[in-house]
Amino acid sequence: MSTVTTATAPTKLWSGGKSPFNVEYGKLMMWYFLMSDAFTFGAFLISYGTIRFSSNGWPNPNEVFKSFPFAPEGVHAPLVFVSVMTFILIISSVTMVLAVHAGKKMDKNAVVFNLILTIIGGIAFLSCQAWEWTHLHSEGAWWGSNPFLNADGTQSSTNFTNYFFTITGFHGFHVFSGVVINIVMLIMTLMDKFEKRGHYLMIEKAGLYWHFVDLVWVFVFTCFYLI
Amino acid sequence: MAHTAAEGLHHDDGAVVKEIWKVTGILSVLTIVELILGFIMMRDISEAMRLAFKGTIVILMIAKAFYIVGYFMHLKHELKNLIMTIVVPLALFIWFITAFLYEGNSYKNLRNRYDPYKKSQSEIKVKKVEEVKETPKAGE
Repeated sequence: MSTVTTATAPTKLWSGGKSPFNVEYGKLMMWYFLMSDAFTFGAFLISYGTIRFSSNGWPNPNEVFKSFPFAPEGVHAPLVFVSVMTFILIISSVTMVLAVHAGKKMDKNAVVFNLILTIIGGIAFLSCQAWEWTHLHSEGAWWGSNPFLNADGTQSSTNFTNYFFTITGFHGFHVFSGVVINIVMLIMTLMDKFEKRGHYLMIEKAGLYWHFVDLVWVFVFTCFYLI
Repeated sequence: MAHTAAEGLHHDDGAVVKEIWKVTGILSVLTIVELILGFIMMRDISEAMRLAFKGTIVILMIAKAFYIVGYFMHLKHELKNLIMTIVVPLALFIWFITAFLYEGNSYKNLRNRYDPYKKSQSEIKVKKVEEVKETPKAGE
């Protein structure tokens, strides 16, 4: 019976008896969740774009995001700190892929090692963001308060700070949940939960979420800091 | 579902790891190119050049998204059915972005045309905030 199913499977994916997507239920649902989350972030970013397109002036990101920790007052180093944040997230994404890959090989030690690296990366990113928010807040920027001028020297509205804090905040919250999920995965791995189950599919699902967080940062980084 | 996990073993281990590092390299290079473009944009360049740079950065951003979703999230190696159910709904973004940005721009033009007060207000240059901030401190 099973041989018949496998023989006809490629041509009859939808005739029943097997998963037409050839992925586990939870993983498929993670994909759909991420798709809906992509629409949420997309709506945020498009709303930001619409307001920016409808404004006569907008602050220059290079004038706003120009500091980094332990730098002397009044330093002008745009893009430096945010590139560090971007690379932290890319590297943590790589360690997550390596953890997923180790999980497929049932290599528990490699999973633990790479998960710990991913968690450290996530915490490092969150710390960077916490510093950046604190610094901007000390300059007088917050929801409803914008100390920065438009690039052409005219008065700016609070749209800039409102969107910045809402969108990076929402992304930061996703990073935070990602770190929590990864810590749970680490504990479950250490408790041999996946060894007993015989597979590390849970790590793959956590990995999908973590890569999505990295993916969103690619867009946030471009929209707020670069262009 | 152990069957799915077992299938992973059929992949050549070395090739998978090699692919991971290759994609890491591509993502790093794309990011560095983006940053270089960003640094060039800080200089005084013409408005047309600025727009061209921004366009290039957006294309690089989409390329990065493709590599993350395709390789790190493994979507490229899934069945075509699954790829389509994820990618086709996201195609709505093409309309979404075009329509809303066009609308925002149109709103700006209409307001500048029919609300001269608002337009003149948005053309007043103000002093640097640092100088403004100093004033209440001096009064303390």
